[in-house]
Amino acid sequence: MTAANHHWRKFKNRLMQTVTFTCAILVVTPLVLVFYYLVKEGFGAINWEFFTQLPKPVGETGGGMANAIVGTFLLLGQAAVLGVPIGVLGGVFLSEYGSSHLNWWIRFAADILNGVPSITWGIVVYALIVMPMHGFSALAGGAVLGMMMIPLVMRTTEEVLQLVPNGYREAALALGIAKWRTIAQIVMRTALKGIVTGVLLALARVAGETAPLLFTAFGNHYWTHKLTDPIAALPLQIFNYAISPYNDWHRQAWAGALVLLLLVLFINISVRFLTRDRFRRNG
Amino acid sequence: MQLNANVPAHGGSRFGDRAFKWLTLLMALSVFVLIVLIGFELAQGSRLALQKFGWRFLTSSNWDPVNDEFGALPFIFGTIVSAAIGLIIAVPISIATAVYLTELAPLWLRQPLIMFIELLAAVPSVILGLWGIFVMVPWLRDHLFPWLQNTLGFLPFFKGPIYGVSMLAGGIIVAIMIVPIITSVSREILRSVPGLQREAAYALGATRWEVTRIAVLSYAKKGLFGAVILGLGRALGETMAVTMVIGNSPQIVKSLFAPGYTLASVIANEFSEATGDVYLSALFEIGLVLLGVTVVVNALAQVLLKTFAGPGVKPQH
Repeated sequence: MTAANHHWRKFKNRLMQTVTFTCAILVVTPLVLVFYYLVKEGFGAINWEFFTQLPKPVGETGGGMANAIVGTFLLLGQAAVLGVPIGVLGGVFLSEYGSSHLNWWIRFAADILNGVPSITWGIVVYALIVMPMHGFSALAGGAVLGMMMIPLVMRTTEEVLQLVPNGYREAALALGIAKWRTIAQIVMRTALKGIVTGVLLALARVAGETAPLLFTAFGNHYWTHKLTDPIAALPLQIFNYAISPYNDWHRQAWAGALVLLLLVLFINISVRFLTRDRFRRNG
Repeated sequence: MQLNANVPAHGGSRFGDRAFKWLTLLMALSVFVLIVLIGFELAQGSRLALQKFGWRFLTSSNWDPVNDEFGALPFIFGTIVSAAIGLIIAVPISIATAVYLTELAPLWLRQPLIMFIELLAAVPSVILGLWGIFVMVPWLRDHLFPWLQNTLGFLPFFKGPIYGVSMLAGGIIVAIMIVPIITSVSREILRSVPGLQREAAYALGATRWEVTRIAVLSYAKKGLFGAVILGLGRALGETMAVTMVIGNSPQIVKSLFAPGYTLASVIANEFSEATGDVYLSALFEIGLVLLGVTVVVNALAQVLLKTFAGPGVKPQH
């Protein structure tokens, strides 16, 4: 090995460190840019009116996205009603029961479902619920978001339950506690924080979905009074305003996007904060 | 309290055990129910179009709602090209970033960067699309595209009028959307490479980069390929952000500056206004094609990731 060879290898080392560092910066840049523009364009349009008023007709300035914000929360609530029980209990099965063969297939199916494009979910639920009901509805919107949540929650619940030490189960069973009680009251309770985390992350994920709502919830310029009526939702409203030709609506789209992003990031960051490793670990 | 090991399980708890087990089994089987439901509804919905067009649906470029003639080739082309551009841009950057995060970055920088990237994964598609329409596309139209045309204009990809909304814009936004997932899965793969491999390389006098190249990357090749395929699956199904910047014009041209159209975008744009049963059925069939393609790609990715020798690889959503 010559000195020149050493220099060349050292140079390559430095070079690759710089190249990979640059790539890491490149990856972070879009998020920074998006956030910067959201705040720059959307902040000005956020005021009390934005949160409390219904959309105004084009041409009139003002108006807000109150119905979209409430709509998003309503849809998330319905989604949770469908997605949480099925997802969590399904995850319990994967972790505590079943054979390794069956469970492999269930996991495989869940992972496939996670890869189904959101627009496909939308047209499936359109055929399943909207067509028989002859109309778009909040129910359909909540249903599609709930269905999308099921495989997500199932996998995160399973992972978290797997982390509970077997000693807990064995100790409980040794005391004569029935298996179902062991799982429901001891194992799940131990893992509760993790289960809640998984549910919140899944909710944050479906909160931002637009495509499935295009043909189910459909959107609404007014308040929704019945679950069988179409309902507005933040991402839908943002999309409709963004592709419209009106500047005032564009401004509101930015504001809506800022609110939505803050909601999603807030959930993600608080979940990360609550489950942080209290002991410093290497990445 | 007396502990008698011979006492059989209490009758009530035996019922509780069976009931709970069946309840959770039923819930877990819902995934199969959902898959069957999706397949069934799409197949039902596309029956008309399947009967009327057959294989012509996939080979014809004629998308003509007025005359009830539907050919999906432009959308297949658009989906493939935008996904390809997305991969070409995203894969090198993501894997390099994953390498940086696991091997080369100083320890204090790792967690913040990882958090940033996972937050990027959480940004809803429509918000990225909004930023895409009003910030990225004008910048592309006024700066990047003219520069590309000036320097590389001899290539057929960079000829033609520049509108801003284009196939290339769609590809770039797909890249932004799939970078986080490829990066995090790659990171998991690289982390699961046994430390012994690295130590052996260091013991032989390798520099940090050489350790990475020789001991880590070659070992992780299969897993990294799985991460890339996972990214491809995500890229194929990406809807909102792409719809907002790709221009939505069903044509097959060589210029990357021309507007394009993807399978997901055409459904998003035309489904609620589809007049007539054949039109709707054609859109269902597009959904079926999209589903078929993404399921196959995702299944391939899952198999690659699961059979890669690494116990610490978490499934990614």
